[in-house]
Amino acid sequence: MGLAESLPFVRTRVRRKLIICNRIDGHWGWYEFIAVLGGKVLPDPEKIGVSSDDLLKMYKAMVLTRVLDRYILRLQRMGKVALYAESLGEEAVEVGVTQALQPRDVVFPTYRELGIYLTRGVPVAEILDRMTCTVDDPLKGHEFAIFGDKRFNIVPAPTPVSTQIPLAVGYAMAAKLKGEKMVVLTIFGDGATSKGDFHEGLNFASVHKPPVVFVCRNNQYAISTHISKQTGSSTIAQKAVAYGLEGVRVDGNDVLAVYLTTKAAVDRIREGAPPVLIEALTYRMGAHTTSDDPKRYRTEDETQSWAKLDPVSRMRDYLISKGVMDEEADSVLRSEVEREVAAEVEKVLQKSGPDPLVIFEDVYSDPPWTVLEQMEELKRMIGIQRVVRR
Amino acid sequence: MTVMTFAKAINDALRYEMRRDERVVVLGEDIGVNGGVFRCTEHLLAEFGPSRVIDTPLSESAIIGVAIGMAMNGLRPIAEIQFSDFIYGGFEQLVSNLAKVRYRSASHYFAPVVVRTPVGGGVRGGMYHSQSPEAYFAHTAGLKVIIPSTPSDAKGLLLSSIRNDDPVIFFEPKRLYHSMKEDVPEGEHTVPLGKARLVREGDDVSVITYGATVYDSLEAAERAAQEGVSVEVLDLRSLVPYDWDAISKSVKKTGRPVIVHEAPRTAGFGAEIAATIAEREIYSLEAPIIRVTGYDTPYPLVHERLYLPNPDRILEAVRRSIGQ
Repeated sequence: MGLAESLPFVRTRVRRKLIICNRIDGHWGWYEFIAVLGGKVLPDPEKIGVSSDDLLKMYKAMVLTRVLDRYILRLQRMGKVALYAESLGEEAVEVGVTQALQPRDVVFPTYRELGIYLTRGVPVAEILDRMTCTVDDPLKGHEFAIFGDKRFNIVPAPTPVSTQIPLAVGYAMAAKLKGEKMVVLTIFGDGATSKGDFHEGLNFASVHKPPVVFVCRNNQYAISTHISKQTGSSTIAQKAVAYGLEGVRVDGNDVLAVYLTTKAAVDRIREGAPPVLIEALTYRMGAHTTSDDPKRYRTEDETQSWAKLDPVSRMRDYLISKGVMDEEADSVLRSEVEREVAAEVEKVLQKSGPDPLVIFEDVYSDPPWTVLEQMEELKRMIGIQRVVRR
Repeated sequence: MTVMTFAKAINDALRYEMRRDERVVVLGEDIGVNGGVFRCTEHLLAEFGPSRVIDTPLSESAIIGVAIGMAMNGLRPIAEIQFSDFIYGGFEQLVSNLAKVRYRSASHYFAPVVVRTPVGGGVRGGMYHSQSPEAYFAHTAGLKVIIPSTPSDAKGLLLSSIRNDDPVIFFEPKRLYHSMKEDVPEGEHTVPLGKARLVREGDDVSVITYGATVYDSLEAAERAAQEGVSVEVLDLRSLVPYDWDAISKSVKKTGRPVIVHEAPRTAGFGAEIAATIAEREIYSLEAPIIRVTGYDTPYPLVHERLYLPNPDRILEAVRRSIGQ
């Protein structure tokens, strides 16, 4: 049974968009577009088997992601953040895939993942320390925009896209060899699927079948390059077929579709099923990064048409329509989140930056004499030059 | 002690460490059933099974990337790249992930991977089975770069590399695999990384080299001795970190350094050594620093004997160094 069929409650609501491609069982068929928040009559929470606690947790994570995301952008404009890749419009993908995992599961993300960090429970203060590179930055100011921490089982992302994919496969192979019941999730953008490491990683995984799930957040743009210029395939999901793996496509602006599909995949993989490729179709509402201007390559009309599918609003409307929360609870939640983030931002602005000598830390376990000598050279220079901090 | 070829010594080190440490796995193309195209992994599949001796797809980037992921999750993977001429398919993984995982994660994660790969020419291997790409990796912070030249060192340095917490690119001079044999200690035998080996003592000229050209240098030294010139030969064994103390000691003594490697000259590793000698030991010099290297061309097939730093070329450099 395919993943889409295993989610019977969404089957009646999936046919918002159907795409023809070659299915895994070898005959021409339909590629279903899994959506929960898509039809006129939405399923009750009991029917989809998601508790009110989990629904609210996902909603809160999306709201927090959106609010913190805006604050980090402002900090970048103030010169406190070097560069940032915003999550606006993609919160459902980040939150939905992460909610489907257990804490012991390991995530190999890309660089646009604020929702993953927050859903994993990383405190806002730590993320702000990271983005502004304070003295408490867990990654010591070595790189911008990304977050990673072994305590949260998040591996900091490489900027060269797709290169985390084979690493996730290897991590999962080691887990399998050691008999750990862990699932590894790697997430990457649509641009990454044009690169060799996507194909080499999926191909390797198709042979050795480690417990890994591949998620493509197809936000339709790799900086300025539209998905139509990225691939001749009509979906990313169908690329799994060539590797003998199952590929599914979900509404990436529908946090419940993302969560339920990922959870179904992860549950199966944990029991030994082969890897799965999930394509979450979404839209990057903001710029690629703080160095990008999307007006150069897409129209306001296009962006506005996607604003109607805003993932945070859709989840909010669902929760209110099903009586999981009311308008008042929502506004209380939003103001609490706003207050919490604003307070942490105030605090982080008071902090100093890391020691200059961290440049030389974390290069080797036992640094060669060349590195140690260069560290001494910098120490001497610090005495005689103005060192710019943060 | 048992007489082993270079390839056998590698095989012995792998087996010894796989028995000793169950975290050690090997992966690569044709390394399982086939035992490796140079037979370095022979019989390992039978003893350790397919979950620790992994035949992979023909996919250099995935081999290295998967090895990195395995290492981050607590294993000690040894990835074999069949020829270092093919390592470029995995170059991005080597420089962007293997070399940087520790830095990017501020040591939350690290990747103790050993990438074993045959290097160098002299086997009529042509353009794509003869290259010496060590300088690319020596230039990349985060990697260690090792090139043994004897079976004993091959075993001892490989064991040290596997046990080291940093990633190591382990170059094996392929023309020595089956031509070079000697007594190798059985069982435990390690050689520290970063220490050169003084192969031959001399007073007049210091030949500083590594890999297969150690033997060409020795032959040149022998011939120089017949002409009354005393040549010291230093085998670096380790390029990152390299043993400056050993180089410095030798250059102080002779004042005449000749640097020998197979890789092309421009921006080769010899340039690093030459620059460091010039920075720190210029007042010890009695003659210009000379490099004897491969030429700045792709590796030629039919004239490889002319391209390689053969004993004639090294001897000529020694004579130039002493002003003959």
